[in-house]
Amino acid sequence: MMDFINFYLVPGITLGAIYALGAVGVSMIFGILRFAHFAHGDLMTVGAYFALSAVWLLGIPALAAIPIAVALTCLVALFADRAFYKPLRQLPTIYTVIASFGVALIFRSVVQLFWGTESQVYSVGFQKPIVLFDSLRIATRHIQIILATAGITLVLHWFLHHTQMGKTMRAVSDDPALASVAGLDPEKTIRWTWIIGAGLAAIAGVFVGLDTDVHTMMGWNLLLPMFAAALLGGIGKPLGAIAGGLIIGIAEEICTYPFFGESLISPSYKSAIAFVIMLLILIFRPRGLFKGRLL
Amino acid sequence: MSYKILDVQNLTAGYGKLPIIENMHAKVDDGQIVVIVGPNGAGKSTLLKSVFGLNSRMSGDIVFESQSIFDAKTSELVPMGISAVPQSHNVFPTLTVEENLDVGTFAAPPKDKTATKAKILQLFPDLKDKLRQQAGELSGGQRQMVAVGRALMSDPRLILLDEPTAGLSPAYLEVIFDLLLQVRDSGVSILMVEQNAKQALRIADYAYVLVNGKNAYEGTGAELLENDEVRKSFLGGGAPK
Ligand SMILES: Nc1ncnc2c1ncn2[C@@H]1O[C@H](COP(=O)(O)OP(=O)(O)OP(=O)(O)O)[C@@H](O)[C@H]1O
Ligand SMILES: [Mg+2]
Repeated sequence: MMDFINFYLVPGITLGAIYALGAVGVSMIFGILRFAHFAHGDLMTVGAYFALSAVWLLGIPALAAIPIAVALTCLVALFADRAFYKPLRQLPTIYTVIASFGVALIFRSVVQLFWGTESQVYSVGFQKPIVLFDSLRIATRHIQIILATAGITLVLHWFLHHTQMGKTMRAVSDDPALASVAGLDPEKTIRWTWIIGAGLAAIAGVFVGLDTDVHTMMGWNLLLPMFAAALLGGIGKPLGAIAGGLIIGIAEEICTYPFFGESLISPSYKSAIAFVIMLLILIFRPRGLFKGRLL
Repeated sequence: MSYKILDVQNLTAGYGKLPIIENMHAKVDDGQIVVIVGPNGAGKSTLLKSVFGLNSRMSGDIVFESQSIFDAKTSELVPMGISAVPQSHNVFPTLTVEENLDVGTFAAPPKDKTATKAKILQLFPDLKDKLRQQAGELSGGQRQMVAVGRALMSDPRLILLDEPTAGLSPAYLEVIFDLLLQVRDSGVSILMVEQNAKQALRIADYAYVLVNGKNAYEGTGAELLENDEVRKSFLGGGAPK
């Protein structure tokens, strides 16, 4: 039982938290700009590398580098929107979707150009896990990631329900035509969507780096589970995306637990879990768990 | 007679390059309910949309409180004192009733938000115990109240209503028209499109019949109700009253 918690459940929640933070942006961009942002994974990568530079140049720990990574990643996202997505805003969204594939490649290539293609880590050395109740052993980085994600969820909930911009974003996501009849400013809403989406992507990127390592494909590899999480939560429902991310992360990890003496599935197939969940939602519950929009 | 609120002059407008309404005029004076009636596809919604900057205005002029708004964007009109309620999809379905009302203040904050909200809830008491319910879960009539309430939250001097009674039962229709009279009496002028022409003309201070994108008839509500041609073609015949 303790093995289950220590080696499957906690890592599952950690992985889920990372998916969740990425999925919030995917879901909000889908809700407000109405397109699938395929560069979102690589935005995470960009964030992780900004933090890496801050760690190298300033000698600070990765967690302390998060604000720097968030700020720079937001600027990158706002620039990408301005340069690549905004000119396509009036066209059918498929143009923007394709453009976002291009932007993903640009992000990745620029990262490879500046930081090289080798894997990096934020810090070397072994961190002793925290031991609770004698047998519950949790890695410090897992505690940090889980608590930070919980805090972010609370702040996000407060923002969406209690601030003017949060309510504006939900209104635009509900009905953009009515939002403009009500005189709401779509471009300002879009800027805030990028700031929140990119900020959380950067945090997720740093968390991936903390949990494993930093490499140029890290974000791209997470794209599928992030989209699955956003779909599971319901498109345009950021808090649903967080729940979706947790469910998928936990499902991926505990599927490899030897419940009956043997793993349910071989660990090498665990990334198929997100795919299967995504297909099942699209077929049986296309609006996700929290009644999001249909695709 | 000077038209203090809205004066649509010789307006040609439509979608893209295609004109739908041509050389139209319509006027709203202070404290009036002005009604636009006409067959389906006549261009009634198009007229409201062009006043509100939601389609292409081609020629003519639109004057609001002696200032031309021919080139004004929607986001500029709300702060100037005009709000609109579209024909369909006129509430934010996943926002609560209270949040729908709040959204109405964002583009143009009223002087005293609490007082404005209290006034609106006094007008629509049905909404009082629904404030925390999602607007999409309400009945059609309650949704119309939320939609009109949202439009009133910015303390406008003119509201444009596109078929506020669409899909409502005849009993509810009276309720909504009653409320609109109260809205007018509270100092908000109303330019409204209606399918339920007979009932609408009864509460209209002035009305226009629009056919094929052009003005066909106009007069006070009572005059049009008495007019034989209008009755025959647009009010389903029958004797007046
Ligand atoms: N977005 C649009 N793009 C192009 N043409 C449109 C658009 N909306 C309406 N039209 C056309 O404009 C004409 C007038 O439509 P409008 O909606 O103004 O009519 P209406 O008088 O409001 O009718 P109804 O009583 O059915 O609401 C119609 O022929 C319609 O096809
Ligand atoms: Mg219409």
